[in-house]
Amino acid sequence: MSGLKWTFEVDGNDFTRAGEASSSLKKKLRALGVSPDIIRRVSIALYEGEINMVIHANGGTIDVEMTPDRIDMVLKDTGKGIPDIEQAMQAGWSTAADEVRSLGFGAGMGLPNMKKNTDEMRIESTVGVGTTVYMTIYIS
Amino acid sequence: MQEFFHSVTLDRDKCRGCINCIKRCPTEAIRVRNKKAYIIAERCIDCGECIRVCPHHAKRATCDSLDILNKYKYTIALPAPSFMAQFNNLEDIDIVLNALIDFGFNEIFEVAKAAEIVSAATRKLMESRKLPRPVISSACPAVTRLIRVRFPGLIDQVLPLHAPIEVAARMAKRAAAAKTGLPLSEIGAIFISPCPAKVTATKMPLGTEKSWVDGVVAVSDIYPKLLGLMKDAASHEIAMLSETGKIGLSWGSSGGESSGLINDNYLAADGIENVIRVLEDLEDEKFRDVDFIELNACSGGCVGGVLNVENPYVAKTKLYRIRKHLPVSLNHLEDADLADPKLKNDLSWDTPLEFVPVMKLDEDVFEAMKKMEQAEEICQSLEGLDCGSCGAPSCRALAEDVVRGLASIDDCVFRFKEKNGYVPAPFRSEQVGVKDGKEETV
Ligand SMILES: Nc1ncnc2c1ncn2[C@@H]1O[C@H](COP(=O)(O)OP(=O)(O)OP(=O)(O)O)[C@@H](O)[C@H]1O
Ligand code: SF4
Ligand SMILES: [Mg+2]
Repeated sequence: MSGLKWTFEVDGNDFTRAGEASSSLKKKLRALGVSPDIIRRVSIALYEGEINMVIHANGGTIDVEMTPDRIDMVLKDTGKGIPDIEQAMQAGWSTAADEVRSLGFGAGMGLPNMKKNTDEMRIESTVGVGTTVYMTIYIS
Repeated sequence: MQEFFHSVTLDRDKCRGCINCIKRCPTEAIRVRNKKAYIIAERCIDCGECIRVCPHHAKRATCDSLDILNKYKYTIALPAPSFMAQFNNLEDIDIVLNALIDFGFNEIFEVAKAAEIVSAATRKLMESRKLPRPVISSACPAVTRLIRVRFPGLIDQVLPLHAPIEVAARMAKRAAAAKTGLPLSEIGAIFISPCPAKVTATKMPLGTEKSWVDGVVAVSDIYPKLLGLMKDAASHEIAMLSETGKIGLSWGSSGGESSGLINDNYLAADGIENVIRVLEDLEDEKFRDVDFIELNACSGGCVGGVLNVENPYVAKTKLYRIRKHLPVSLNHLEDADLADPKLKNDLSWDTPLEFVPVMKLDEDVFEAMKKMEQAEEICQSLEGLDCGSCGAPSCRALAEDVVRGLASIDDCVFRFKEKNGYVPAPFRSEQVGVKDGKEETV
């Protein structure tokens, strides 16, 4: 059985819209009656990934697929890429610009939070080409 | 003479005539006479400092009672962003908003939503570079009033946009009138307020002739009524009502308005004394390379408003927690034209801010200069203790009151006592803590 699929375009030029994709996915999952704990984990992981696509890359596309037993998210951007993924994954590592810090971004906690809230996570990145993040959360 | 309304008033029965409030007032608007404080109406900016400092709780803020809901056919609650920071373990703003509906409001329009629109408009205005820099925020009415009476040279720099509460009332009422078919007069936009300055701002607005806000209730009045309703709301499916993101909520604490500019070249000061220091420095043309100045009369910003219930620092942490995973902003102006008449009416001042010289000594400049010299002389002759026993906040203030004909130089207790051969303690030669020739630690 093929699952439900959603695609979200993430605008990399409008920082004020960052986070809208994960908030609209959250509304859809609520309407579907998905359990609050799963909704919380999906929306936090997707939120952090989406924000990264805007503040560190030039935006891109998010594909979400939900089947009865799992939710898969693929976040693909064509930004500057991550030179050292292991370093980026460390809590506290950040290259965020100053103007987003007053809104609470730039703590270097996004990627670690994505890892914490998902069951599987993998990053593919090529400097100058872009980054793709794969995340999976099991429902049952 | 203009009529004055003030939210901050005195409870004469509770007032003991002490000098705590006169010393604290940033516009020197309070004097003690006949063992009671009284507030000079044209000077008061409703900042609430005297309410905070009065040990006898004799200063109070007059707000509307919750019965005001019964006055209108259709009511809209306008909760302040800082209101969301008053609750323990609040995970979802919608619980508060649903409880407000259960309380009896027909609709909610979050002030945070309007704040995001004001942020978007401010970004547009700053980009157009039409405003003299640095731009000074106009959101805190106590600060705007302070500038109006004490800092005439800075008036041109004040952001000519309505505060989010006014924008919220206008947008909400217009939409509700279209939806319900009711005339605007039967729709009540009720602000849930952290501060008395906002009460005054709706009764005697700056930047416009008449405010669209129909009533202001204190956070502290509605808070206890909501707790039970929130418990009920949390236990079942609730409507998704909130339409605000990070920027809107952030306005509830100091630095929040600035964060909405997406430009780190700003300065945010909070607490009335810090605000005054920044305004004085601005007058001296410091901070020329800063783009935006955010000023909040209360420590911590609106979370520190006197009508809130939670400790301001705790509230700030709560606000940050709630905003954590919200979209940056849910309200945008895109290509909207700020000159469009309807949007202009919702957002922009239609009456310019004007200097009100309440502190000056005379209408006539030469007279004023003469009086200033006299005041200077009198001030020199006073002890310079700024003790407040004369009922004025400082020796200088007494001297000015004297030349204004409002006080006598003999109101100074030291002068009075000296005449009778008495040496006041601060002028006596014996040392404190020296007893029988031995020094004691104090
Ligand atoms: N999609 C991406 N493209 C390019 N670089 C990225 C991307 N995602 C993350 N990074 C890099 O990895 C670093 C760490 O990311 P992480 O999300 O953990 O922290 P942050 O975004 O800097 O701060 P926070 O997420 O706490 O607001 C970033 O500062 C950035 O250098
Ligand atoms: S900082 Fe906020 S709560 Fe305090 S006086 Fe100004 S508007 Fe009111
Ligand atoms: Mg991040």
